[in-house]
Amino acid sequence: MSTRLAKQGRLIDRNKQIEFTFNGKRMTGYAGDTLASALLANDQMMVGRSFKYHRPRGLVAAGSEEPNALMQLGSGDRYEPNQRATTTELFSGLSAKSQNHWPNLEFDVLAINNKLGRFLTAGFYYKMFMYPRAAWKHVYEPIIRASAGLGKAPDKETKDADTYEHFYFFADVVVVGGGVAGLQAAKAAAASGAKVLVLEQNAYWGGRAPVDGGTIDGEAPEAWIEKTRAELAAMDNVTLRDRCMASGVYDHGYVLGYERLTDHAPGQGGPRHRLWRIRAKQIVTATGAIERPLSFAGNDVPGVMLAASMRDYVVNWGVTPGRKVVVATNNDDAYRTALVLHEAGCDVVRILDARNNGGGDLMEEARQKGIRVECGRAIAKVSGGKRVKKVAICAQNGTGGAQEEIEADAVAMSGGWSPVVHLWSHCGGKLNWDDAQAHFRPDAARPPLGDNGKGFVVAAGSADGEMALGPVLVNASAAGSKAAEDAGFPAKTVAAAAGVDSVEAPMEAVWLMPAQADIGLRMKSWLDYQNDVKVSDVQLAAREGYESVEHTKRYTTLGMATDQGKLSNINGLAILADSLNSEIPQVGTTTFRPPYHPISMGVIGGEARGDIFQPVRKTPMYEWNDTNGADWEPVGHWRRPFAYVNKGESVHDAVNREVKNTRENLGLLDASTLGKLVVKGPDAGRFLDMMYTNMMSTLKIGKCRYGLMCSENGFLMDDGVVARIDEDTWLCHTTTGGAESIHGHMEEWLQTEWWDWKVYVANVTEQFAQIAVVGPNARKVLEKLNTAAGGGMDLSKEALPFMEWRDGKIGGYDARAYRISFSGELSYEIAVPASQGLAFWNAIMEAGKEFGVMPYGTETLHILRAEKGFIMIGDETDGTVIPQDLNLQWALSKKKEDYLGKRAHLRSHMADPDRWKLVGLETVDGSVLPDGAYALGEGINANGQKNVIGRVTSTYFSATLDRGIAMGLVKHGPDRMGEVITFPGTDGKTYEAKIVDPVFYDKDGEKQNV
Amino acid sequence: MSDPVSALNGARFDGIASVEEAGLCGMITLRGDFASAGFAAAVNSITGAALPEVGRIAEGTEGAAAWMSTDELLLMVPYAEVEARLAALNEALKGEHALAVNASDARAVFRISGDGARETLAKVAPVDLSAEAFQPGDFRRSRMAQVAGAFWLNGEGTFTVVCFRSVGEYVFKLLSASAHPQSAVGIYKA
Repeated sequence: MSTRLAKQGRLIDRNKQIEFTFNGKRMTGYAGDTLASALLANDQMMVGRSFKYHRPRGLVAAGSEEPNALMQLGSGDRYEPNQRATTTELFSGLSAKSQNHWPNLEFDVLAINNKLGRFLTAGFYYKMFMYPRAAWKHVYEPIIRASAGLGKAPDKETKDADTYEHFYFFADVVVVGGGVAGLQAAKAAAASGAKVLVLEQNAYWGGRAPVDGGTIDGEAPEAWIEKTRAELAAMDNVTLRDRCMASGVYDHGYVLGYERLTDHAPGQGGPRHRLWRIRAKQIVTATGAIERPLSFAGNDVPGVMLAASMRDYVVNWGVTPGRKVVVATNNDDAYRTALVLHEAGCDVVRILDARNNGGGDLMEEARQKGIRVECGRAIAKVSGGKRVKKVAICAQNGTGGAQEEIEADAVAMSGGWSPVVHLWSHCGGKLNWDDAQAHFRPDAARPPLGDNGKGFVVAAGSADGEMALGPVLVNASAAGSKAAEDAGFPAKTVAAAAGVDSVEAPMEAVWLMPAQADIGLRMKSWLDYQNDVKVSDVQLAAREGYESVEHTKRYTTLGMATDQGKLSNINGLAILADSLNSEIPQVGTTTFRPPYHPISMGVIGGEARGDIFQPVRKTPMYEWNDTNGADWEPVGHWRRPFAYVNKGESVHDAVNREVKNTRENLGLLDASTLGKLVVKGPDAGRFLDMMYTNMMSTLKIGKCRYGLMCSENGFLMDDGVVARIDEDTWLCHTTTGGAESIHGHMEEWLQTEWWDWKVYVANVTEQFAQIAVVGPNARKVLEKLNTAAGGGMDLSKEALPFMEWRDGKIGGYDARAYRISFSGELSYEIAVPASQGLAFWNAIMEAGKEFGVMPYGTETLHILRAEKGFIMIGDETDGTVIPQDLNLQWALSKKKEDYLGKRAHLRSHMADPDRWKLVGLETVDGSVLPDGAYALGEGINANGQKNVIGRVTSTYFSATLDRGIAMGLVKHGPDRMGEVITFPGTDGKTYEAKIVDPVFYDKDGEKQNV
Repeated sequence: MSDPVSALNGARFDGIASVEEAGLCGMITLRGDFASAGFAAAVNSITGAALPEVGRIAEGTEGAAAWMSTDELLLMVPYAEVEARLAALNEALKGEHALAVNASDARAVFRISGDGARETLAKVAPVDLSAEAFQPGDFRRSRMAQVAGAFWLNGEGTFTVVCFRSVGEYVFKLLSASAHPQSAVGIYKA
């Protein structure tokens, strides 16, 4: 059984007991425990079921490489699936549930899949579920999804209760990893004066050196670690962060750090996670190494664990996974585990060393302590189901026959060590195969390259392939110095601390145990625990022709789980290489991609949630609009009132009321969002003549002109009224959505094409609140304001005619009034400084009472303009429409030699008489045409679809005319006035509409010109 | 005419730093040729400031001039005087090819002060805000999370942040969230 030891446990505080629950069962642990160590202390060996076969699974590792112990943590708005027990610090009240079983962990119905293993081989779903076709979607997929999988997704109605944030940081050297290599590298880099940031994923420093033993500068590693940490912490140019994992290295020295602030102390307040967005000149990866499992049958039975991880549990947390332990290894390091277990009072029943000659000093030490060591021997099979019970032993060099069976309750395995090269590789750092240590290690000559063509990542210590304490420290010191020098600091050599540990005998690669294991054993030898991939699956893939490691990965799902193959990759590709009769370096690795370890979705979003999820742009009248019934419509990031809805009124009713009132009395529109660009300079007229299709240079001061803008491909992109302010200044109105883009468009042409033209542009959109005062009473209300203020701008038809503008005072406010109309009514658009917008609006509302004033929203704006046949960018245009389609030839200057779009309009397709053209559409029965509906033509096209001859671009109910009105683009439309065409709706009905003139109201424009 | 109203009417939040709306500030967007002596003289005549260096704000006796781009300055003057100063500036710029517009009402302005001011900003702006890198008089046109923004630091350790008026509320809430009392990073001191 797994249990808490009386002694040991350097990271736990036995005085602080912590209560938690696992699958509803109350358990206790200590402060400093991980959820994993606490579960082991409570004899909870089994922690989940496997992905495909629902086999019982236990803890294999002690760190982020753990593949099995994925938990569902918390509940309600703090529920989170797939959290690793090994990286979850225990806290009071923690509630964890195991995953992927039904009905419960101990008894899982779907464990039947285990018996069906021969049907669930690699790629089984490609083979098994081909026919009948429809069954995949409706039968197979739902069943597979239900049976295979990890934790449940959070309920879609709950919202994460926690907050998150980002933090931008800049450093000369970022050291990833706070083990002895990281600390030594940081020390060397910091000595040069470089600004150094050290990121450590755990809550403690020093990595695994205190567990592995040896001495540093003659002291226990722990003493050196604390001394060095304190030294670094005291330096002004060094920042140390624990609980902060570097999750990825990106181009140009960009590093993401994932800091877990309150996971270990929920309820502390403040953000839960912080994403460090770091720019580094150089990055040192001191990320250590990960132990590899051995591939033997039953290597996934709970109680089989990586040897070094088992040692971690004993030394760090004072728990042992078993009392009778078998150790299987191909290297000397696992002997340390045997010695630690022995020291802790456990019975190490056997050390099986696959090497015929065994190990070095550590083996001798084990033997001296009376531990039975057998060389050239291997595990044939582990049995026991939910917990290790028996271990069958055989010769390593055999098929698994001639077995001796011994009793045990845990197995420690070590297949050698793989440097953690993920961060080195994220940006393209290359690897070399080290035959002696049977692992890939960074090739310093082929680092990831930065913008200057030089490397920006340096690997250090075990992450660089050094496995002994002395060389680790020497390597790390050199790495730190190199990083600082490459970051531009004077070279400074720092003497590495002297690390001494036992002399080790060479390891020997063991990819399968025993080496010629028969198929029965291979089908129970797991490579990838999380995705349930076995040795036999990879061999099958090879036999079926999968030669590329990337293809094999996807076919078998090897390394595709949330642990991204930290344990399985090397073993898997070694099996693949063997099956292909190839060498491991020729097969190569799959691609390492960020994140190294999963990070929360919340931290990626950062602070962007709730009311700062997205910026909302608000006009000065926003609050007034909001309290006066605005039914909001998003227009880009702006919010504009679609309509102002009175109590007891539907939105549709409100729109009809607004339309009629504006036509008959007085309407106010908050038009502040319209773009306003000031264009000034001696070449401004010439520039605007290029920007607009019509002539702007000839516009008289004080006058306005409606203009069209085309892209260089001739398509209509924006429109608006341009006002000539003075000799070399124009003010261009754009659509709401066009303010920033047209500003950028103008700047682009000025900066890249006509850089020598003397023109400046400024976007003054937000400087002004702009209010359209519209309707027969528009002049009256403004004149009333002027009278009350004791005078102001002359607003008469004579003093301020249609399509002119004036500066002056209205009602005492500084105002610029434009006599322009997008409604067909008498209309003034009045710009006042934004800070006085609301006051001015209120003044008009107050003065307008006697004139029947009502605000109106964007829908009324749309209807009023549609009644007049005015086009709307985004309705009548969609990026494929040219002015000619909209019968706007009058706005295309014939006098100008050139303007943007002119040449494009000469292309044959643009001049094609068959292009659909703008017409008005009137339903025969007065109903409203569906928006976007297509008009049917004769016959069918090559795809067997009915031919279409047009489509609806704008359609409304017109309260003014008491019927539906619409505009549309129709083939030969203007030549077909009076014809009735049909529009099938998506509602099953067919609509009939007559082609008419698009101007439905006041064709002669008398009402706006009064 | 009524009293001008700023975007947030002087809102304030206290956390690891204090965030407060500064009210209306007189601002003139000025574009022109920095190499022209007449241009520099015009700037000086309005603000008392010399032309700022790249990425800096130059304080003058009558106002300040901040570097926005290779041909754009942001001039700061008292709000009540902005129209008069603008007229004087245009007069001084006669004969120069330049564009000067009043942008005072297009903006919301905030001050961030206190120990956590640098960290509050460093959570939303991709800028090195360490004391070595960002010093008094430094001015940066950047972004605040999802919107454009600019800021500078004065000699008392207070940052002034400028953004568009329409997103003033967003930026205030953003900075308030960033200054959450329990969110100190513990890296930067005032």
